[in-house]
Amino acid sequence: MSEPNERQRGHAQPARPEPPEPHAPMHPGAGLDVASLPTFGFGQRSPMWWATLGLIAIESTVFALTIMSYFYLRSHANVWPMTGMPPDLLWGSLNTVILVASMVPNQLAKKAAERMELGPVRLWMVVCLLFSIAFLVVRGLEFTALNTRWDSDAYGSVVWMLIGLHTTHLATDTYDSAVLTVLTFTGPFESKRFVDVSENAAYWYFVVLSWIPIYAVVYFGARY
Amino acid sequence: MTVRDAEQLEATWRDPPGFFGWFCAINHKTIAKRFMITTFVFFVLAGLLALAMRLQLAQPNGRVVGPDQYDQMFTMHGSTMMFLFAVPVMQAVAMYLVPLMIGARSVAFPRMNAFAWWIFTMGGIMLYVAYFLDIGPDAGWFAYVPLSGPQYSPGKRVDVWAQMITFTELAALMEAIVIICTILKMRAPGMTLNRMPLFVWTMLATSVMVLFAMPAVMLASTALICDRLVGTHFYNPGEGGDALLWQHLFWFFGHPEVYLIFIPPLGFMSSIIATFTRRPVVGYPAMVLALIATAFLAFGLWVHHMFATNLPELGKTFFTAASLMIAIPTAVQIFCWIATLGSGKINFKTPLLFVLAFFVILLAGGLTGLMLASVSLDVQLHDTFFVVAHLHYVLFGGGVFPLFGAFYYWFPKFTGRMLNERLGRWQFWLFFIGFNVTFFPMHILGLQGMTRRIYTYPEQMGWGGMNLTATVGAFMIAASVLLFIVNVLVSRRHGEPAGANPWGAGTLEWSMASPPPAGNFERVPVVHGRYPLWQPMQEPSHVTGLDNDDRVVLVTTVADALPDHRMALPTPSPWPFWSAVATTIFFIGSIVTPWAVVWGSVPVAIAATLWFWPKRAVAERRARVEVRP
Repeated sequence: MSEPNERQRGHAQPARPEPPEPHAPMHPGAGLDVASLPTFGFGQRSPMWWATLGLIAIESTVFALTIMSYFYLRSHANVWPMTGMPPDLLWGSLNTVILVASMVPNQLAKKAAERMELGPVRLWMVVCLLFSIAFLVVRGLEFTALNTRWDSDAYGSVVWMLIGLHTTHLATDTYDSAVLTVLTFTGPFESKRFVDVSENAAYWYFVVLSWIPIYAVVYFGARY
Repeated sequence: MTVRDAEQLEATWRDPPGFFGWFCAINHKTIAKRFMITTFVFFVLAGLLALAMRLQLAQPNGRVVGPDQYDQMFTMHGSTMMFLFAVPVMQAVAMYLVPLMIGARSVAFPRMNAFAWWIFTMGGIMLYVAYFLDIGPDAGWFAYVPLSGPQYSPGKRVDVWAQMITFTELAALMEAIVIICTILKMRAPGMTLNRMPLFVWTMLATSVMVLFAMPAVMLASTALICDRLVGTHFYNPGEGGDALLWQHLFWFFGHPEVYLIFIPPLGFMSSIIATFTRRPVVGYPAMVLALIATAFLAFGLWVHHMFATNLPELGKTFFTAASLMIAIPTAVQIFCWIATLGSGKINFKTPLLFVLAFFVILLAGGLTGLMLASVSLDVQLHDTFFVVAHLHYVLFGGGVFPLFGAFYYWFPKFTGRMLNERLGRWQFWLFFIGFNVTFFPMHILGLQGMTRRIYTYPEQMGWGGMNLTATVGAFMIAASVLLFIVNVLVSRRHGEPAGANPWGAGTLEWSMASPPPAGNFERVPVVHGRYPLWQPMQEPSHVTGLDNDDRVVLVTTVADALPDHRMALPTPSPWPFWSAVATTIFFIGSIVTPWAVVWGSVPVAIAATLWFWPKRAVAERRARVEVRP
């Protein structure tokens, strides 16, 4: 079938070496021995680290787009908030303090995991869980002090969307961490779970650090 | 490697047998095959809807379907093609090929891969069940508010559409993460980024785009369903909301989506052109940089879908400039391929025919795209059949033609048998001519003022002749797809046996038997160049020291693919399936009552926990052989 094509081309082929015949690797040469390599690795050595990074990229985009929607709606409004009442500062600010403070046991859990010490991992995971309960309770109080409802107006809708999205992260990550904590006590335990603890802590940093711009937007975007 | 070793490797990586085993399968090739078939079924369903629409429009005052049914048909057609076929089919093909191309025995997260396919399939089934119950969405595939809002679309139709988005985008996001991690961490030793096959590069670029594009439509559709079900006011101007917010969010996803459909086929093109010209693709660095530039620029184009709105003129000028600029990296790639074709020894086979059609069809679609990038002309042509013609030229030329070429090219690898070449040529020419007969007249209809999405038109408009022509073309396309199905069904049993490398290609997926063994590579290769099979063997040629009796893969470093550690992957499990069932109940339940978000999360949490929870026997066996870093 190559004939018509040769005619179309109509010019001599430049001399070029034929590619070598495809070879099937029937007779392998020397091998590259990997038997002594470890069975897991921390940080960016681990595929789990990259998957967590991907999840963070997705969710950062969601938060960023919601914040953009907030300012888009604000730029079209005459009065903002439309009810004239910004959210009360107390519970939101208290929760910001708790969330920032939770980074301490979180860091200790991460470091213990990377040293592969099961005892301290258990301890700091439990402390992290206590923090989780505290900020979930305070988050409940926060909802009562927003001074708007999701169905009041577009301002209320976007504020509830922002806080709702972040609360979903708090709740799901609390549950994930709880499951992982239980696993460290009951087994069956493999050392690669230390990587999971480390990545779980890395994701927690994202949940805390993404709260800071959301806090600024919800509480001060409605004031200034 | 002895026969015994090969058998043990096969037993280790095989999916469990039997009816229940079918629900536990996690092998990437099994899942990818199911995924490809699922997307193809949706392609055929959406094609049948298109045929029905063409029958309705074949004559003035058509009476095949009424306006309400017609609205559902074009919405289902567009939504299916975009969300259930064009984007996922590329991911499905990648799930099969990427591990084979990079020398890996699996994808990085095989259970998540299985879950993504289940959730995708269940979302698609939900959409079609709703359609057959007469609650199919009817507000167009981009569901503009206020038409799709609670006031103008009461009932459940748009809710079904919005949840279908949630299903499919969840699946697409998970697949993107699986692909990225597989590509970055599981390449065979020696396959540096600089030696990655171009198709793998396209999937990396596409998957990164998915991470930043898909969240926009998930947010938009969640806000829409909240407006409809719990009384929020995101898009309600009466309470401070804004209808254009929908368009911004939707097209911030929607324009990159065109490139999610268009970039993977660039990889098909590069694979097919290299093999059928028997030489490496010209300008590898230029090709890679052009891909990355395209992926970046794709995010700066969304407003050109909104030229007919009241945005500031200066802003529109920026988006016009960006729309023109994206032609540059595309041109770079096209010139590289032309140089490859011009300097190679061409082997004319069906896959190459489909690839050459790309040059014609996409060029035509690109030229009408340049016309639409001009604000003044766009305002004239907005919402006419000219746009319908343009988008089909781009999506067929950039997506469907190379995809069929890819099926012809890799079918021997999937099944071990060749597709019939004669039938392939018939299919190609029917497809190519039928496509142009269908869509070329639509340009003229659009210029004459025929708006899209009208269910009929009066005789006095004088559009009858060209509409009839388009309908004839649509039946040619249908005949062509039918030929393809016949070809696949006959060839998979009776086709000519393919052997490992029937086309004499140079990349790793052609190094193992066809179809590949469960563990892909009997010996994990060590790579020394971009086209390993076209090179003389170099040492070390393969990896040793990976156990055959457990699902162990080699993890390598991101840039240089140096061996890093040996990771044990999860075993087959029914829990991805049950998690998908629980998630489906959660999503569909939330259409009926907002409280499903609360009680529906309980089964999801339980299923996900059981999915994660290790089996004692497996954990203990692996703990015995673990080596700490």
